[in-house]
Amino acid sequence: MTASRNKILNSIKEHQPDLTELPVIDIGKVIGYADTFEQFRNVLESIGGKVVSLPDWDALQQLVNEEKQQENFIINAVPELGEITPEVHNLTAVQLEKLEKIYVKGTLGVAENGAVWVYESHLLNRLTAFICQHLVLIINKKDIVGTLHQAYEKIEVNKEGFGLFIADPSKTADIEQSLVIGAHGSRSTTVYVIE
Amino acid sequence: MNPKHADLAEQFIADGSRTNWHDDTLWFVREKRDKAAHGLPEWEQLREWASQIKNHTLSNLSNYLEQFEEHAKANGIIVHWAADGDEHNQIVHGIIKRHNIRKIVKSKSMLTEECHLNEYLSHQGIEVVDTDLGERIVQFRKEPPSHIVLPAIHLTKKQVSETFHEHLNTEKGNNDPQYLTEAARQHLRDKFIESDLAITGVNFAIAETGGFVVCTNEGNADMGAHTANVHIASMGFEKIIPKAEHLSVFLRLLARSATGQPITTYSSHFHKPRPNQEMHIVIVDNGRSRQLGRADFRNSLKCIRCAACFNTCPVYRRSGGHSYHTAVAGPIGSILNPNLDMKANADLPFASTLCGSCTNVCPVKIDIHEQLWKWRQVIVSEGLVSTGKKAGMKGMAFVFSNPKLYRLAGRMARWTMKIFPFIVSNKLNVWYNQREMPEVPKQSFREWYLENKKK
Repeated sequence: MTASRNKILNSIKEHQPDLTELPVIDIGKVIGYADTFEQFRNVLESIGGKVVSLPDWDALQQLVNEEKQQENFIINAVPELGEITPEVHNLTAVQLEKLEKIYVKGTLGVAENGAVWVYESHLLNRLTAFICQHLVLIINKKDIVGTLHQAYEKIEVNKEGFGLFIADPSKTADIEQSLVIGAHGSRSTTVYVIE
Repeated sequence: MNPKHADLAEQFIADGSRTNWHDDTLWFVREKRDKAAHGLPEWEQLREWASQIKNHTLSNLSNYLEQFEEHAKANGIIVHWAADGDEHNQIVHGIIKRHNIRKIVKSKSMLTEECHLNEYLSHQGIEVVDTDLGERIVQFRKEPPSHIVLPAIHLTKKQVSETFHEHLNTEKGNNDPQYLTEAARQHLRDKFIESDLAITGVNFAIAETGGFVVCTNEGNADMGAHTANVHIASMGFEKIIPKAEHLSVFLRLLARSATGQPITTYSSHFHKPRPNQEMHIVIVDNGRSRQLGRADFRNSLKCIRCAACFNTCPVYRRSGGHSYHTAVAGPIGSILNPNLDMKANADLPFASTLCGSCTNVCPVKIDIHEQLWKWRQVIVSEGLVSTGKKAGMKGMAFVFSNPKLYRLAGRMARWTMKIFPFIVSNKLNVWYNQREMPEVPKQSFREWYLENKKK
C-alpha cells in the first residue's frame, strides 16, 4: 500500500503541469438580495420545503409541548424549545427508525438556495436528520445570508466531525423524471424563521 | 470484439417513440439547467473561478493530496491508496473481510462502477445493495447505469413497475412513480438499518481540512454512512480541492448544472468518524496520473460529474447511455475512457457531432469537443480505426488536397447521384442508413461563382 502511495504521488509529481495561480474569489461580484428572507422563502418553497415566519419562540414551544403529549416519537434538540430529548446520541438506527419528527437548530440559512447549515451537535445524532419522517429546522432571521460564499465565511466545516447543508425534503426523479418527495430521508421539511 | 457505439445506438433507436421520449426528457433537464444558470448574473464568473481552481489544483496535486492525507489521518480517518481498480477492490474487500461483514449498502459512486466493485465482490460471495433509487432499479435488472446522475433514465415507469413487481412484489400494472418510490423507500430502509458497512463516493475532498463532501437528493449516502459501523468513501484523486471556501464555487455550480436545482437536498461534510465508527478513504489513480501527463487531455480531470454535457449532447440524447459501453457515458466519458483503454474505446470520440455544446455548458470549462477531436487524431495515428474508415479518410484527404481532382470528383458525383443514385445510397455506405438522398445540385458553388462573377 505504501508502495502504491509512493507510486501514485511520484507519477503525479512527474506529470502535473507547471504551477498556476489560485483565483481570488471576489464576493463583491456575486448576486445580492434586497430581502434575503423573501428570497430564502421563495426558493425553499419552490423546491418543496415550507417556511414559517414567527415573531418569537412562544408558538413553537407550545407546539412541541402538545406534540410530546401524543404517542408519536418526537425529538427536541433545541434548548429554546424546552428540555432536550436525552440519550439520543446512543440510539441505533433500529430505534430511530420510528422517529416521526425532530426539531433542530440551524446555524444559518442561505437565500440563494434555501439551504440551512446544521452541525452534528445540533442533530444530537448524525442519523436523525435523515431517518426522521418530518424535519423541523429553526433559524434566526438575522442568520440568513445571501449566497454560499457568505455561508462558508461564517461556518467552520471541520469544527465538528460532521455538518451539512439541508435544502428541502428528500426527493427523487429517478422514475421517468417524475418528482417524488420523500425518497430515503425526510418526507417534509419545515423551516421556522424567528424574527 | 465488443459492440461499438454505432451498433448499440442502432439497437436503442429501433424504438422511435422511446428515442424521442429520451431526447425530450434530457433536453428538459438541460432547459432546467439553463434557467438555473441564467438566474445568476455571475454564472460565467463562477465557471471561470471553478476552472482556475481546478487548473491550480492539478498543477499542485501531489502537495494537496499529501496535505489531505495528513489532515484526514489527524481527523481519525484511515487513508488507503490504490494504483488501479483491482487494488481498490482488494482494499475494500480486505476491510469487509477483516470485519466479517455480510450486509453492505452503497450510494452512487461512478468510481466503483469504473472499478467494477460490485462484480468483484459478488465473485467473493458478497452482495452489495445499491441504494440510490435509479441505481437500485438498474441493479435489479442487472444493467449498468445509463447516466451518471439519472442512472435509470433509459427506462419507462412501466418497465420500473415490472421490475419492482418481480423483486419487491409491488402491485402488477401500478406505474405510479409515487407508489413505486414508496415501495423502494420501505425496501431500502430495511437494508439501511441492517447494514454493517456503507460505501459512498466523494464529490469533493478538502486538502486544508482533511474532510470530504457527499451530495445527494435522496439522503441515501447519509442513511448508509450514519448507520453502519464502517464507512468506506472511494475517490478518484482528482476530487481534491484546496480549501473549504472553494466549496462555495463548486456547490453553486454542481446541482444547477446537473438538474437545475439550486443545491442538492443534502450536502454532507464528513470530517471525523462517529465514536466507535471506522471511516476509510480509498484514493484511486486507475490511469488518472497517465491522463495528467497528456497535455491535450489532462483538463478532463477537472470534471465534477454533473452530466450537463450528457443532457445537452445531441448524440447522447438520441443514442442512450448504454451505447457508450462504459461506466461514464456521454461526451465526458468519451474523452476519459480512451485513456483507460484506447483500443476498447476507440469508437467513442467518434460518437459526437463536435457541435461544442458540451464545452459551452461545462461548469469547469473543459474543452470537451476539442479533446474529442484530438482523441480522433491519436486513435487514427495509433491505427485503431476500421479499415473502411481509414481507407475512406485517406481517399478523402487525397481528393481534398488536389483541387483539380476534387472538381472532377464533384462533377462525377453529381452526375452519378442523378443517374444512378443506388451507387451511393446502398447498404455499403453507412452514411445513408438513416438518411434520405439530397437533391443533386446542377452545379458546384465554384461553377456558379465563376459564372456569376462578371454579372
